[in-house]
Amino acid sequence: MNELISIIMSKLNYWIYIVLMMIGLYAMIAKKNLVKKIIGMNILQTAVILFFISLGAKNKATIPIIIHGHAAESHAIQATDYINPLPHVLMLTAIVVAVATLGVALALVIKVFQQYQTLEEDEILAQLKDE
Amino acid sequence: MKTLAIFIVLLFGGLLIYCTLDFPSWGDPQAPASMHVSPRYIERTMEETSVPNIVTAVLADYRGYDTMFETIVIFSAGVACLFLLRIFKRIEPETQLYRHIPTGITLRIAKGAEPPRESREFERIDLMWVPYDLIIKTSARLIVPFSQIFALYVIAHGHHSPGGGFQGGVILGASIILFAISHNLRSSFTRISEKFAVLLCGLGVFIYAGTGALSIFLGSNYLDYGALSKIFGVDPVTARSHGILMVEIGVGICVMAVMVHLYYNLASAGRHDEGL
Repeated sequence: MNELISIIMSKLNYWIYIVLMMIGLYAMIAKKNLVKKIIGMNILQTAVILFFISLGAKNKATIPIIIHGHAAESHAIQATDYINPLPHVLMLTAIVVAVATLGVALALVIKVFQQYQTLEEDEILAQLKDE
Repeated sequence: MKTLAIFIVLLFGGLLIYCTLDFPSWGDPQAPASMHVSPRYIERTMEETSVPNIVTAVLADYRGYDTMFETIVIFSAGVACLFLLRIFKRIEPETQLYRHIPTGITLRIAKGAEPPRESREFERIDLMWVPYDLIIKTSARLIVPFSQIFALYVIAHGHHSPGGGFQGGVILGASIILFAISHNLRSSFTRISEKFAVLLCGLGVFIYAGTGALSIFLGSNYLDYGALSKIFGVDPVTARSHGILMVEIGVGICVMAVMVHLYYNLASAGRHDEGL
């Protein structure tokens, strides 16, 4: 029983992100509305970002900023005192790129709406078939 | 379609949850991701770049190429939005609406008639009539300057605290978007015009790439900021810290301009006359 609880406690964060990813993936596949698909894409991106950030966590460590930076030359810097900075760097850029892709996706959606006067996927496909 | 989607999603989710059993547990200091290159970053950043914030140092120095092309991705998104949406043919509307601010009366000016001059008493408003809202305008006017100062602080203080070009640029862009939402698109064009925003997009990338090129001219590799010590007159390690600041300013300008530009295009569907 204790073993099961320790497994759940150490993997729970991954499971939450996987559930979040499943929600986003389902919205991208099953929803007919294009804006809802974009929202699903954003939820999926958020799940990936949270997953990466949680990979960098370390127990009993602080944020990756050297304490007393410019006075620290005297004492050694231990890698176990600071969490892994690399996932933070990668996700920092990924967040802004996600916003940029969201902008381009919304621009495309506006163009689609100007062309077809609807954002429902099945109605757009029906209009395409009629032409 | 829905059952198929549920099946695919559950299949993926089940496989991934099965895989997590092999993952390192949460917060494990011995996790493989924390074993190889990351301890070197943590231990050597201070003596190599003189920047206490390791994230900033890795972002702008160790992985400088990555961040430069990331900035170019954002720039391309702004340009793509421009090409997709912008309509350059301006269609003048049949009527124009002006509001007399002291009394709140709306004037409808027919086509061909002479509109009142823009002044403190008259302001042009969008055709989709919006009420005059003193509370929103005043509170936005109070929030915007402070958030802009905070954004500049976040950019400039990114070496010593959480922050940097991306975050500061987004806050700066958000303050301008807040101004545009609380007033209207027309009055934000008088502060930051479309041309200026596009110019700043390019300027940000130019500052980043120019800092890299400057290192070549000073006899070093591209984006090797140590060479900038000849300009700043400091030792190469401190010059790296200054080079990172220059690059972050470029990133901040680019991100800010792209956010504002995306908002202008999306809010007015590329017509740039009136929007939210």
